[in-house]
Amino acid sequence: MHELSLCHSIRTIVDEARSGRRVLTVHLQVGQLRQVVPQTLEYCWGLVTQDTPLDGSELAIDHVPVVLDCTACSQTTTVEHHLVLTCAACGSGAVHLRSGEEFMVTSVDVVPRDAAAADPSPREA
Amino acid sequence: MGRFHRHDGLGEHTHDGDEHDHQHDDHSDGHLDSHHDAGAHGDLSGYETASERVSVLERIFDENDRLAAANRALLDAHGVRCVNLMSAPGAGKTTLLARTLRHLADRGIRAGVIEGDIETSIDADRLAGLGAQVVLLNTGDGFGGECHLDAPMVARALTRLDLSTLDLLIVENVGNLVCPAEFDVGAHDSVMVYAITEGEEKPLKYPVMFRSVSLVLVNKLDLVPYLDVDLDLFRRNVSQVNPAAAVMEISARSGEGLETWHDWLLTTHTHPRTGIGTPQ
Repeated sequence: MHELSLCHSIRTIVDEARSGRRVLTVHLQVGQLRQVVPQTLEYCWGLVTQDTPLDGSELAIDHVPVVLDCTACSQTTTVEHHLVLTCAACGSGAVHLRSGEEFMVTSVDVVPRDAAAADPSPREA
Repeated sequence: MGRFHRHDGLGEHTHDGDEHDHQHDDHSDGHLDSHHDAGAHGDLSGYETASERVSVLERIFDENDRLAAANRALLDAHGVRCVNLMSAPGAGKTTLLARTLRHLADRGIRAGVIEGDIETSIDADRLAGLGAQVVLLNTGDGFGGECHLDAPMVARALTRLDLSTLDLLIVENVGNLVCPAEFDVGAHDSVMVYAITEGEEKPLKYPVMFRSVSLVLVNKLDLVPYLDVDLDLFRRNVSQVNPAAAVMEISARSGEGLETWHDWLLTTHTHPRTGIGTPQ
């Protein structure tokens, strides 16, 4: 639902990181608790980058599942589908969230300046 | 504080992708920390232009969070406490606020409201004349019809309030159980209104929202005789996703339970400077 505004934030981050270079791929970490629909994010990325220097770049999304550490019984629960945030072993709600809230641009793949300056047509070095 | 705490640190988990093999200690300015990753050149074999991987490691909410912190600092500088009020559409935020604003005015608390709506001034109009400064934020007007308020929008609304004459500011967020939970607007606390007509399972379906608040107001209690509602089940579901949340049953229509909510608001969020927030 809010993927469009998230894409604006991603664009701002990527624009700074690329330092004028062409971007091929933007690598993201998205935790399951972020309520982001990957297909919608990719669609919005296309809208937000259209007719900009980032046009044609792609998002590569690394999904991070919710992992809970139970403070009651010390067991670890990996939540895959249903977002029930309780310990699978003992049912306690006293859990520490180890992962699942990530939402980060980890890296961008850019065309190096020397490669971009060369003849744009593919050529063996 | 009822804020949503994020744990974006790398290395705290394992996952399938193994491409993020850079290790960094501190990335407050990570985008300047570019690495020429020799491995990345080899990965893109064949026809594609040689690429270079630039490490970024910047949280996507950083920009919003920085502005939210600035909003909070501005409010603190004026001694204004701020509560972010969220709910699904139609849960009764505005009806509740109308009651609460009257109560605050009676107690001499100077209140302000930032009224978030996608369109129309209907809710803001309902809150006019109750002794509070009301600023309307239509997210459909220049903000792209957003389904939530974010820190930049609230920053603009703050410029339209006279903070020097306020004790308490309530942000009435856009009615939505998903997006508003993700965006820190700069409030000191978050509260949600849940209507008993919504179904007991809502905490399990919208855990991020229910986890982001310190208080859940269970509204429309006057409808209990007409519904098959299991409030104990609802409370159990809340405690599954947010064991720390307080739960209060109210009816914004009949007024039932409102004194508990008002006492909570006054004791928790009235600045000591005024000395008028203590319940009698």
